[in-house]
This record gives sequence, structure tokens and C-alpha cells, in this order.
Amino acid sequence: MRILLLLALAAAAGTAGAAEERPPPGASSCSGCHGPADGGAVPSLAGLPAEAIAGALAAFRAGTRPATVMDRIAKGFTEEESRAIAAWLAARGGT
Amino acid sequence: MSGLDRRSLIGGLAAATLARPALAQGAKGRVVVVGGGFGGATAARALHAAGLAVTLVEPAERYIACPMSNAVIAGLRPVDLQVFVYEGLARAGLTLARTKAVAVDGAARQVRLAEGGTLPYDRLILSPGIALRFDALPGYDAAAAEIMPHAWKAGAQTELLARQLADMPDGGTVVLGVPGNPYRCPPGPYERASLIAYLLKTRKPRSKLIVLDAKDTFSKQRLFEAAWARLYPDHLEYVPLAGGGQVTAVDPKTRMVRTDFAEYQADVACIIPPQRAAPIAAAAGVADRSGWCPIDPVTFESRLTPGIHVIGDAAIAGAMPKSAFSANAQGKVCAEAVIDLLAGREPVVPKLINTCYSLVAPDDGISVAGVYHPENGVLADVAGAGGTSPLDASAEMRHREAAYGEDWFRTVSHAVFG
Repeated sequence: MRILLLLALAAAAGTAGAAEERPPPGASSCSGCHGPADGGAVPSLAGLPAEAIAGALAAFRAGTRPATVMDRIAKGFTEEESRAIAAWLAARGGT
Repeated sequence: MSGLDRRSLIGGLAAATLARPALAQGAKGRVVVVGGGFGGATAARALHAAGLAVTLVEPAERYIACPMSNAVIAGLRPVDLQVFVYEGLARAGLTLARTKAVAVDGAARQVRLAEGGTLPYDRLILSPGIALRFDALPGYDAAAAEIMPHAWKAGAQTELLARQLADMPDGGTVVLGVPGNPYRCPPGPYERASLIAYLLKTRKPRSKLIVLDAKDTFSKQRLFEAAWARLYPDHLEYVPLAGGGQVTAVDPKTRMVRTDFAEYQADVACIIPPQRAAPIAAAAGVADRSGWCPIDPVTFESRLTPGIHVIGDAAIAGAMPKSAFSANAQGKVCAEAVIDLLAGREPVVPKLINTCYSLVAPDDGISVAGVYHPENGVLADVAGAGGTSPLDASAEMRHREAAYGEDWFRTVSHAVFG
């Protein structure tokens, strides 16, 4: 019984860990423009911490950060969704 | 937890430590992807990276990309920048079947190849792109396209139209025929009109462009019309449907373009005909009577044949336009859904983004963006998001949008083909 419980706990942990690897809604679209390295006109998100990405998305959504297209895109996501996207991107090194 | 056997349990533990989600979580199965464009190559890459056995079926040696090809047509960009090869995908370890898929048996879950062999699949992703309809406009068939190029599939057609425009003497008339919805790249004809007008204004100033449109409203319309008034008042004439703009017949022998109200004698005629999903879609039983493919907005699985997913231009993706950006975003979302389905998990309800840049002149760009989610069974706009660049954007912003467009193309083509 004890072994079963341990297995169940481990399985739950494994499933949860894996679930976090799945991109949250919207996240996989970002790499269309944001590449792995700087050098072009569009900034890379590589190396940015989650708070920085989430903060930028919040500012774009609020219209307080100058933008061309990101203000229009950020408005499509809630605060919670934006934070999930930011965490996922940061964990993967920005792509 | 139900249905979790010991094998996938161990797999689950491995996933937590090794970060190999698909393999580790029991997402086992064979996936075949048909079509090596922005949608199919993206999906194949994502599935392969997740550890699944995937075969990409693509007969072409090279992929010649449509985005940015209007600049090639106007002599502003070398065609070489549009050309990509599949060696990068092969180097990544992906299995490529360098042949054509000619039929699909959806019941037996097999793709039949041109050479006669078959590829069995557990999940099939079709990203076949478009076919130009040579039965839709009287006079416009495949032979006519060699005289009046559509240039709506990049390659020889792009170069043909570029050459015709370059060779046209000053004082000539260019006619651009634009189809009704739906078709690949909604703002594409208007970017093409802008850049051809730029070519005429700067190189052949006594010439003019007449745009004949089968509709009255179009993508980024206010931005294009403002740019045309600002930049090309003497070189571009736009005739909407309501003004008699629908092309009803063409005569390639005389380069005559007809509407119900007038005849236009062209020196160069670019005719973009109506389109449908490429033939493999109908052969697979996933195209409906419209010629396009209805899909589930969460998984992109066909509404008509289970086990087959359709992405990119061939799909009826609701509010999402038929663009390379959309195809790339859909490729990634569809790959995730396929992994989930093969693992017996509920797919995540996605959101997808599209951004399309257009040039109204060199270094002068505009954009439209959207965020999409499943709603009432279709991909719908997320309310309050998306839209076009502001009408009063500064020259500096327009310059940046042009640079962003070029940068998007470089980034996405490297991610897909590099």
C-alpha cells in the first residue's frame, strides 16, 4: 500500500512536471518573430527572466510601453495567461 | 490517473528528469506529415524534437517562399533570398520521404506515395497548401498563366512576372486581377499593387497599374488606400467590385482582361485566380464542397476524416488568415495536440497569434495582427486584441514595421528550414 502511494505521488509529480513543459495557450506562437539570438530588428527574448517578459506584456497590454504590434497582441491574453507564457519562455531560454 | 499503466508511469518519472515529454509520456505512434512548407516543416520539426517517429513527405528539392516575393516581382529583392532547402531538416535527424503523396486511405491509415509504396500512420498532418483553380475564370488555364502569371506560388511564376515588368516599355499598362475570398495571403495582392506602383513611379513613370478586385473590402484596406493616395496617385487605379472590378474573363492571346463592364488592354497582366486546397486534400477526403478543409479548432483534426489533421492555407481556420505566420503557429499547436492525443491526454485549448507585415514601398511597412482561440467550434478573434497599424503611424514606425517584417521572415525561415 505504501509503495502504491509512493508510486502514485511520483506519477502525479511526473505528470505535473511534464504538463508544465507543454506550451501554455499562445506561447508557441512567439518564436515566429522572437528568435534565439539578437541581431535583427525584433529583440530576442533569450536570457530574459520570466518577470521581465511578464512585465513587458503587462505594460504592452496597458498601453504604457511604446509598441508597434505587441500592444495589439498582448491584449489577447489575461494577466494569468501572460505570466504562464513568460514562465514557459524563460524556462526554455526565450524561444 | 486512470489508464496510467506501469510503463507510462515510469515514463512519467523519466519526463520529469530528462525533459523528453513525448517519448517519456507514452506518446507513441507514427506520424506522417505531408507538405514541407511553413506549416508542415514546422509541425514535423516539433514532433521530431519531442521524440516522435515522424516522416515528412515532400517531393520538391527546394522550397521557394511566397512571403517577401512581391519585392522580388518589383525588382527590389533577389529571388535567392526566397529559396530554402531541406538539408537542415535532414541534419536535425528528421526522416524525409522525397516523393509525392498521391492518396490517403483514412480507414486503413495509410498514405500512398507516387512510387507506389505506402506509409502507415497513427496520425497524419496535411499541410499541402493551395491549388490554383484553372477552371474558375474563363480563359485562365495553366497555359494562360505562362502569359498572364499569377505568381501566387513562388518560383518560376515570380521570376516570369518580374521579367515581364522589367521588360515592359514605359507608358505601358499593368493589370492586376484580384480574387474574392478566401485565398492565400489576404493582404498580398495589395502589397503587390503597392510595389508594382513603386516600380512604375520610379522606373517607368508614364506607365500605370489598374487593380481589378472581385471584392469591395480587403485586409489593411484603410492603410493601403492611404498609402496609395500618398505615394501613387498618378500610377495606381483601384477598381472595387462595386465599381465593376471583378474580372470575368481573360484572353491571353491579346492580353485582354474583361469585366462585366469594360475591357482592359494590358501590357503586363498578373491574374490571381480563385484557389482551393491542394489536390491531396480532396484525395484524402478532408476537403468539403468549398474546396477547403474544415477542422477542429483545438487539434486541427479534420471534421470529415478522423486521424487526419489539416494546417496552413488548406485549412478553414476561421478568423485566422491563410499566411505563413499562421501556418507556422498552427504547425506548433497541431504538433502539441498530436502528441497529447497519442499519449491519451486531453489537448490544451490553444491560443494562436498571427502577424502579417506588408510593404507599401521599400522601408515603408504596415501590419495586421490577431490573437485567436476556439469559440463555438471555430477559431475566432480574441475580442479586444489585434488590428492594424494606426492610420497616423509616423514614418519612423512604418520604417520599423518594414524592418520587423523582414526580420520575421529571416527568423521564421531559419527556425523552419535552418
